[in-house]
Order: sequence, then C-alpha cells, then structure tokens
Amino acid sequence: MATNPEKYKRVAYYPGCALEGTGHAYNRSTKVVGKALGLDLVEVKNWNCCGAMEVKNIDPKIQTYLSSRVMSIAANEMGMDTVMAPCNGCYHNLKKAEYDLKHDPKSGEVVDRLSKKAGHATYQAGQVDTIHALDWIKDSIGEEGLRERVRNSLAGVKVANYYGCMYTRPRHIFPEKDQGEGSESTSKPHFMDDLLAAAGAENVDFPLKTACCGGAHTLSDSDTSTKLVLNILNAAEAAGAEVIATECPTCHSGLEMHQVRAEKKFGKRTSVKIVYFTQLLGLALGLSPRQVGLHENVSDSIGFFKAKGLA
Amino acid sequence: MPIHEQSLIRPENLKTHDELVMDGVDVSGHWSTFIETRAVSDYNENLQDEIGSLPGGEYVHRCWQCGSCTNSCTVNAINPDFNPRYWIYLIRMGMESELLRDKDIIWQCVSCNKCTYACPRDVVPEGVMKATAHWLELKGHTPKSPSMHFDEVFSGQVIERGKIEEGRIIQGFFKRTGQPLMQDWLIEMGKRMLRNLPVGLLTRMGLASLVAPKTEGWSRARDAIREYAEEQHAHHRRALGLDELAETAKQEAGAPARS
Repeated sequence: MATNPEKYKRVAYYPGCALEGTGHAYNRSTKVVGKALGLDLVEVKNWNCCGAMEVKNIDPKIQTYLSSRVMSIAANEMGMDTVMAPCNGCYHNLKKAEYDLKHDPKSGEVVDRLSKKAGHATYQAGQVDTIHALDWIKDSIGEEGLRERVRNSLAGVKVANYYGCMYTRPRHIFPEKDQGEGSESTSKPHFMDDLLAAAGAENVDFPLKTACCGGAHTLSDSDTSTKLVLNILNAAEAAGAEVIATECPTCHSGLEMHQVRAEKKFGKRTSVKIVYFTQLLGLALGLSPRQVGLHENVSDSIGFFKAKGLA
Repeated sequence: MPIHEQSLIRPENLKTHDELVMDGVDVSGHWSTFIETRAVSDYNENLQDEIGSLPGGEYVHRCWQCGSCTNSCTVNAINPDFNPRYWIYLIRMGMESELLRDKDIIWQCVSCNKCTYACPRDVVPEGVMKATAHWLELKGHTPKSPSMHFDEVFSGQVIERGKIEEGRIIQGFFKRTGQPLMQDWLIEMGKRMLRNLPVGLLTRMGLASLVAPKTEGWSRARDAIREYAEEQHAHHRRALGLDELAETAKQEAGAPARS
C-alpha cells in the first residue's frame, strides 16, 4: 500500500561502496526504476562507507560514527528527512546507528567527539528516517500503482524472493517492522514478494527467504559460504524457482560467486538465475535488459528473459 | 524445535572395552562406553569479565542457557562443534582450557544475527562470538584468523580514505593470507563477468582500482578515528592485563623491566 506517496517522492540516495563496484547493476537498475516511477533520488554529497560488516569487528562505535556521518550530511547539509539505501548492509548499519544513538549515551559521546574533530555537525537521532529500496517503492507507489504501470508482465517467471540477514535482523533496530497490517515482517518478510507479484511474477514458496549466504566470510571462509549458498540455490530450485530475486549487493555477488565456486570446486551445478529485484521491476516497466544492467551480472539471464518475451 | 547438540561428548572422553566385566556383568562392547570422570580445577575466574570488556561481549552475563542461539545458528547447522550456547556457558564458568579446545573455529561466526534475533535475554551472542575470537587473538591463543585479516584490510581502507574499492580489498587480503589470485573458480568468475560487461563500466572499474575512490576532506575524520581506535586498543589491553603479562614474562626471563 502506498502509505507515504509524498514523503518518498524525493529522498536522499545512499548507494554505498558496493553499488559503485560489483553491485553496479543494482545502482543502475534502482536509478532507472526510480525514474520510470517518477521518484526523485538526490545522492548524499561526499558520502563515506557505512562500515559494512567489517569495521564493527574492529570497533562497533567507529561503525556507528561512519554511519552517522552519512545521515548527518543528508540532514544538516542537504536538508533531507529520508535516506534511502538499497544495500542491505548500508541500510542495516544506518538503522543500527540510529538505534544506538537513541538508546546508548556512550555511542552518542563517541559520535559527538569524532564528528567535532572531523569538522561536521553531529547527527542527532530522529533527524532522518532510513528506508530500504523496498520501502521506497512499496510505500510511495504501492502494488496498485505498480500494477497500473506494468507494460511487460512478469507472468510465467517463477521467482524465489531472497531477503538475506541484514534486512530483518536483529529485530530491535527495525522498530517499524512487525507492526501489523501493512508493515514488514521480520520473520516472514513479504515486501519484495508483494512488489514482484504486482509486476506479474509467480512467487514460489521459498523457505530460505532470510537464510544466510555467508557473505561476511565469502573470501575468508569460502567453503562455509559455498555450502550455505548451495543450500539456498538448491532450495530455490526445489521450490520450482527459475530466478532468485535479491535486494543486497553482498548477497547477490555471494550467490553469483559461490554458484561458480560450487560448480568449479565441488562439481555441483545449479542453473537458477540471480537478478536484483529492481532489474525484474525494470523489465516489467518496459525497460530493456541493458537499461536495467542484466549484462553486468555474472549470472547470465539475458537469454532466459528473451525466451520469456521480456527482452 | 528440538535441541541437538551431539558434539558435547568428545571422542577422547569415550572408552570402548572389548572385554570388561563389572560386578559379574559383561559390559564390554561398543554400547557400554564410559565418559571419563575428571575434576576441573584450572578456572580462570576473570574469563567472563575479560570477554565482557571487549566490544560485543558486554552482555554475556545475562545468559540463562536456553540454547536458542545454538538452535538457530547458521554455522552449527553445518558444523555441530560450533556451539555458542556451550561457549557462553564455559565463559561464564571460567572454564578457559575447555573453551580453548574450540579456539580454531570460533571466528567462523558469519554474523547472520539469527542468535541475537532468537535470544530472550538480549545476550547478543553474535557479539560474544566476535569478542571471544578477539580475546583469543589478543591473548595469543590463536593467530589472526582469515576473517580478522579481512576486517583489518577492509577497515584500514575505510579509515584511510573514507571509502573502499573492492579490487584493492581482495588483492590486499589475498596477499596478506598468502593465497594466489589465480584460482580456477576466480578465473571462471572473471570470465563470466567480462562476457557481457560494457566497455564503459569496465574502464570505470579499472580506473577505480588504480585511483582508489576517496571521500573529500576525509583527513580530519581519519585522524579522529585513528586516535580513538588507539585509545580503545590500549583500553582493551589493560582490561585483559596484557601489559602486565608481558612485563612478568620479561622479568621471569631475566630481562630488565621497562620503567
């Protein structure tokens, strides 16, 4: 349901480091889908890394500072009240920083000290709302709005919706979730399912929506990651999916990378395609495979979508 | 959900007898195994405080051993020896030598946060895993794990420049851990990536790996973060008594103590 049609029409856009590298297809498809839907993205000026999954293991408060700086620029230098982050990692870290600054005075002290020394205004909890690309489309356009705009229905495309870890866990940093009808669920998330169903896709009953792909150790403990990814790919295929829709560059590149690794190293071949949910929405909105960046994926899905009449 | 922790009885604590008669009853054979009795006397009474002093370990004392963490654990599902509930128990009991038997796998926590989601006492077991892995390295029980090397390479670049560039991270990490970049699956990845990639994006990515991206005017933030990180490092060493340990070791070795 479009609960925030006006507020989300123009939001601060925080792409993050991955979307400028391996996740570029997500960056491209998010932007073109926003444009096609008449939504305005204003990139956060001179942003920095949110700390990803690594800086917190060195020191969690440094991570809180890094994320707070992004929100501070959006609020204090750009006058924005909403930050949209398509990357699960960025989204998670901004939400975590928001929670910590609201509930932990020590985090506030460290952030204030570092912000002053770095020479920018200290972010104050509540200055911005951080939302995911799913919230952005779901709450501004909604399923109804999307249905009206679909030009090439995804009918006949069997999709497993994969949300990963950072979008729903831990629960306490997402106070707006699990609030009944219309809100997202942390145990059985459905925003991506809702949007893709509105675009005509056939969502399969996928049991591993919030399973872990081992993204944190994709290179440092590759065998574990390959096992976890293979589990996800096999479960999707067993559920009848032809495509896994993703919403996170770490999950997405993890699935792609370990699909290849499982094949090369363990002889376990899977054929399910891995695409960003924004790429699927873009195709449904009548954009070309090139416009949504299908050619930038490692997982080659162009032929598949051509056969479905979508490319 | 049932709790299935098969790993607690370790193979070396089991005994199988081919011929054993007790009180006139033949108890030999595989079915009649005995768990070796033992008494624990080497407690480290400070273990909980030491791990509690490191980031992530702050709430380890809250645990009441329900087992939800192990039950929901992603890594436990593929390796039953990976058992957060048991490790938290050992930490709280001060059973350091028992904990050290699993020292080489604790770093493998993938931070999926299923445990933290399931925990009814807000222990944040994911944080405890990270604090414990950190503690093992600080105390010299384990070398730096591949994961810590990755975290350091990554964080080093973030603190230095404000942003990261993936190519450099991968190169830096592989170099540090002595792995070749030319592994067959990585070559295959590269091939598939290049298959359809447009020249424009390729050029951009190539340029980014040559001239790493940087947040403008980052140097003041960089210096402030470094200063804070050094303070924290010294603070953790103090909490674990590492400087005193080093001093004692020196004195015992007969070296002159530093004033």
